[in-house]
Amino acid sequence: MTGTAPQVVVIPCSGIGKTYGSVAREAAYDLCEDLRPEGTTLVALAKLVLGEEEARERVRSCPAVTIDGCKLMCASKLVTHSGGRVAHEVAVLDVYRRHKELKPEGIGELNEGGLKLARVLAEEVAGVVDEIRRTGTAAGVGHA
Amino acid sequence: MLSVLQPKVGIVSCSGEELAQGTVARLATLKVLHELRPTHTVTICLPLFLAGGEGDREFARFHPTITVDGCDLRCAARGTEMYSGKPTASVVVDDLVAAAGLAPPEGRRALNDAGKLAVTLVAERIARLVDDVLDRRQRASPAAPSPAPGGGDPDPPSCSCRSRRGPA
Repeated sequence: MTGTAPQVVVIPCSGIGKTYGSVAREAAYDLCEDLRPEGTTLVALAKLVLGEEEARERVRSCPAVTIDGCKLMCASKLVTHSGGRVAHEVAVLDVYRRHKELKPEGIGELNEGGLKLARVLAEEVAGVVDEIRRTGTAAGVGHA
Repeated sequence: MLSVLQPKVGIVSCSGEELAQGTVARLATLKVLHELRPTHTVTICLPLFLAGGEGDREFARFHPTITVDGCDLRCAARGTEMYSGKPTASVVVDDLVAAAGLAPPEGRRALNDAGKLAVTLVAERIARLVDDVLDRRQRASPAAPSPAPGGGDPDPPSCSCRSRRGPA
């Protein structure tokens, strides 16, 4: 990766009522703290709800990866609403459909299946982050 | 039918992913919803005020609402007021932690001991506010059923986005 590779902002949904929201949050931490700490920045979705200018500027100036817990796709919608560009969007349910053995349970505290599902999702998105930083786009991988 | 008769207090948490205080807000809200006041509380994801429909934006009109914020940006309180309605009460984790003389929470992903103490502190504060709100409603409308904090209820705490709370 070159020194000019863009920073990728990662925005998980804030889902508080469902397990999938917790998986989205955990996957974002996996990605931003463990897998790609140098190339990613976590942005809190609540700031985009409020229209906080620093957060809006960040999603406008950097490619964004969104991780949503349900079909309402709040994170993806709010990036667009804030004038940003969604380079890649992931829905936890889609990843779970491909990994039915990793059934997530719990909200405040995820079970082992949920933690593993989050890790799998984060590893998939890490590859996309690399692609975005290399080329500036996530060609062919717009939606997981 | 029970859910129609029993008033529910809406709790909106900032869930701020960037800060440990956001994790405290989220976990304290969940503790109230699932353990302390399951009978009388309901929640909604804050982003639904923008990403959802008109029904979601009417949340604070349907429910007396308590917002729970991690920091002084107060995204939940300000966002709720902007898009839904003025919250009945607001809690800020940083303020409660400072007032109680606790150490600042750390570990947005896995809270340290100070963070876990803060979750308990904030959850208990929210629960008292829920009781206060319901008491005031009870006094204003004596015909309404009285709250039974923490009591059993066949109507489980729920997310107002109307989707399932877990995977099928």
